[in-house]
Amino acid sequence: MQMNRRSFLQMTALVGGGFALNLYSSPLAVAQGAVTPPDLTPQAFIHIAPDGVVTIMARASESGQGMRNMLPMLIAEELDVDWKDVRVQQAELDEKIYGHQFSGGSANTPQGWEPMRRVGAAGRQLLIAAAAETWGVPASECTTQSGRVLHSTSGRSASYGELAAKAAALPAPALSSVQLKDPKDYRIIGHTQPGVDTHAIVTGKPLFGIDVQLPGMLYASIEKAPVFAGKVKSANIDRIKALPGVRQVLVIDGSITPAAFTPWEPGMEAGIAIVADTWWQAQQARKQLKVEWDLGPAATQSSEGFRKRAKELLAASPATTVRKYGDVDGALKSSAKVVEATYEFPFIAHVTLEPQGATAHWKNGKLEMWSTSTLPGDGRRLVAKTLGIQESDITTHMVRSGGSFGRRLQNDYLVEAAWIAKRVDAPVKLLWSREDDIGHDGLRPGATVGLKGGLDAQGKLTAWRHHFVTFGDGQHATSGGGIGQDSYPAGFPPAYALYTSMQPLMLRTGALRAPGDNAYCWVAQSFLDEVAAAAGRDPLEFQLELLSNTRPPWTSGEHDAVGDHEPTGQAVLVPERFKGVLELVAEKSGWTKRSKEPGHGMGIAAWFCHLGYFAEVAEVSVDAQNKVTVHQVWAAGDVGSQIINPAAAENMAQGGVVEGMSHLGQEITLVDGKIQQSNFHNHPLMRMRQVPKIEVHWRKTDYAPTGLGEPTLPPVLPAICNAIFAATGKRIRTLPLSKSGFSWA
Amino acid sequence: MPLKLTVNNVVTTVDVPPDTPLLWVLRDVLDLKGAKFGCGMGVCGACTVLVGGHAVRSCMTHVGSVTEPVTTIEGLSADERHPVQLAWESLDVPQCGYCQSGQIMSATALLAHTPHPTDAEIDTAMNGNLCRCGTYTRIRQAIHQAAEAGATAPTK
Repeated sequence: MQMNRRSFLQMTALVGGGFALNLYSSPLAVAQGAVTPPDLTPQAFIHIAPDGVVTIMARASESGQGMRNMLPMLIAEELDVDWKDVRVQQAELDEKIYGHQFSGGSANTPQGWEPMRRVGAAGRQLLIAAAAETWGVPASECTTQSGRVLHSTSGRSASYGELAAKAAALPAPALSSVQLKDPKDYRIIGHTQPGVDTHAIVTGKPLFGIDVQLPGMLYASIEKAPVFAGKVKSANIDRIKALPGVRQVLVIDGSITPAAFTPWEPGMEAGIAIVADTWWQAQQARKQLKVEWDLGPAATQSSEGFRKRAKELLAASPATTVRKYGDVDGALKSSAKVVEATYEFPFIAHVTLEPQGATAHWKNGKLEMWSTSTLPGDGRRLVAKTLGIQESDITTHMVRSGGSFGRRLQNDYLVEAAWIAKRVDAPVKLLWSREDDIGHDGLRPGATVGLKGGLDAQGKLTAWRHHFVTFGDGQHATSGGGIGQDSYPAGFPPAYALYTSMQPLMLRTGALRAPGDNAYCWVAQSFLDEVAAAAGRDPLEFQLELLSNTRPPWTSGEHDAVGDHEPTGQAVLVPERFKGVLELVAEKSGWTKRSKEPGHGMGIAAWFCHLGYFAEVAEVSVDAQNKVTVHQVWAAGDVGSQIINPAAAENMAQGGVVEGMSHLGQEITLVDGKIQQSNFHNHPLMRMRQVPKIEVHWRKTDYAPTGLGEPTLPPVLPAICNAIFAATGKRIRTLPLSKSGFSWA
Repeated sequence: MPLKLTVNNVVTTVDVPPDTPLLWVLRDVLDLKGAKFGCGMGVCGACTVLVGGHAVRSCMTHVGSVTEPVTTIEGLSADERHPVQLAWESLDVPQCGYCQSGQIMSATALLAHTPHPTDAEIDTAMNGNLCRCGTYTRIRQAIHQAAEAGATAPTK
């Protein structure tokens, strides 16, 4: 089984929402094709020692999604070894051996499910072949069990350790030819296997990017312009050079040209890098810096300006039709009732708990990097291009990171570390402060959405008009700010239109967990709840009815706002699965029997993204000061036939709920082009006392397993807002909650 | 000026300015990487260590002000089997894992003074420790489990 470039690109386009659509059409993605996808071999992934210890290479980077468990578990299952005998080792970046090394878009499960199992099965077949040859028996008479090959007729058996050397020398079978297990025989897949790094984490071992320590290493900190793409005019560099511990002060000219559309990897930001004996000294020296900046055109941007322009665009005719069928305007006119609303959501930052950073060492014309990137191949390409060196002169060690949530798909910090390292005669560790991290994030872009919904006399939805006002140059939406023609509820209302308009944005944006979906779900599922309420109907029953509508066929020639996104069978929402999770969560939460008392309410919402389906119900109470307590959240998910690592899956789903709650309270604002937030006190995360009981239920279906890092998150936002409506009669149409007069208790 | 410091029962001398945060002395002078940098202003808890048995934010603590013994996660137990660590492992609490050292140190301080905390006491004691991945449900479970197992002060 080989995943060719086309199928990879299609997959990312399908699973990644707005983010991946940008990636799809970016030069980096085209460059992706420069690496011919390899034929994966068991020898590359599996190393068996004579004592039977099996080392399995984890090809994807780990930032908490459990990739170091999940992918090796697939191999171990089909290899037929006991998990206790498996050691997982992080692979270095080598896509010629491992295939695409990428952790994003909840893509590792769907992309790894088949090939990783086949790698394991091919390994097993090689061990059987080695045994059969040794014993002079037909391979077909041999079986395996717990790391041994058995020949029952003769009663012979040999451990994998004994057979490994011989097996490694045999030609690997074509992965498409190997036999896979019947799922009922799984002993690893579907059975909880604790995190391979958990012991190291709880004992404080150096594991993370920030923990990399090399002999003679220096530390770097960068002061960047307070406005995106600002340049250095002058600075008191001589004074800084004389401060304690400071070794070098480097001016980064920067390579970003501010424009209406800021691409996925826009280039290096200008700034002043201070290299010192310790990071603390570099930071102390930074405080003495006096820089005169040329702030450039981005200094004219402000949140108020964005809001004003968005309102103007909303009032005008939409610029682009993303999808339209039926006579929407006619249907709205003839509707018995029309519901109209404007929803607004803000920019927010990733705030991975480990700030961005990287370690790099330039020596004898070669570069060695310790990278936390979740798209490390792109990182190497960017570094090679920026430094003017060959990719083959770069070694990339993949280091565990303290969270990504999409942030580490971008490689800006890695390029900076490499750029500094090339100018320093020692290994250098670059570390951003939290203020750097928020001030120079690849933000989740905000948007303003105008909606109209029509109802007939029986309270059935007749039409849905969706005007999405985003950022970009009119042709390209900013990263993470595109919307696809399949964005729910597209296809289900009898008449439907999705339009976009754009305003310029000179700011780095990117992919935040469930990019696009993390906010579009809130908009669509809140408005759906609003329309159901206007119809005097139960929102669950209303949505189930909507999902039963016959969808119009796809029209060729329809295009996304960004990229050409061809629909395929797998990516299209399956109504039965969407309904299935709604019905399951309703059952588990006691939805139909919920009490209706003032100040207390339950809300429901569901979403399909990244090939997974989640429905969530939230139960809240709201006090007289509009302080919101979330008491409980029920989540029901359908990610196919297997929950590969159940305890980790539950943890991930609970985390998605908690993160979604955090999103409700966060915002990044700009004044004179400057980001106003700087740390967790003004860009908060949920804390222990605010976190509700979270119950997770799975609906297993016959579909191939898909990922769940992303789809767990989106429904909780509208579920909570709909619950607040049920409790108070007040509809939340502007985020964060504080902008609508609410706050967390 | 050399400063005397007791870290994980070892007396050591560090030659740094006294206003250097304890965090950076632990991480970059003593090479104890367990305590993490998250915010630099004492609002995330990733840098939590014990000083005289109390949970403190080492990113905001000047090393020159430290007079009592310091315990980091590396010194929590001699055999890496402190009941709090065992509870965290058995429930497989971490996702990314970056905050967990600080969580474990805060939990250890809580249990040393309140061997059987209520949920409300856990909320109060753990309020300063952020988990970006949202593993709070398991952190709470792990604290209760460690309490049942009789977690007390550091065992090293």
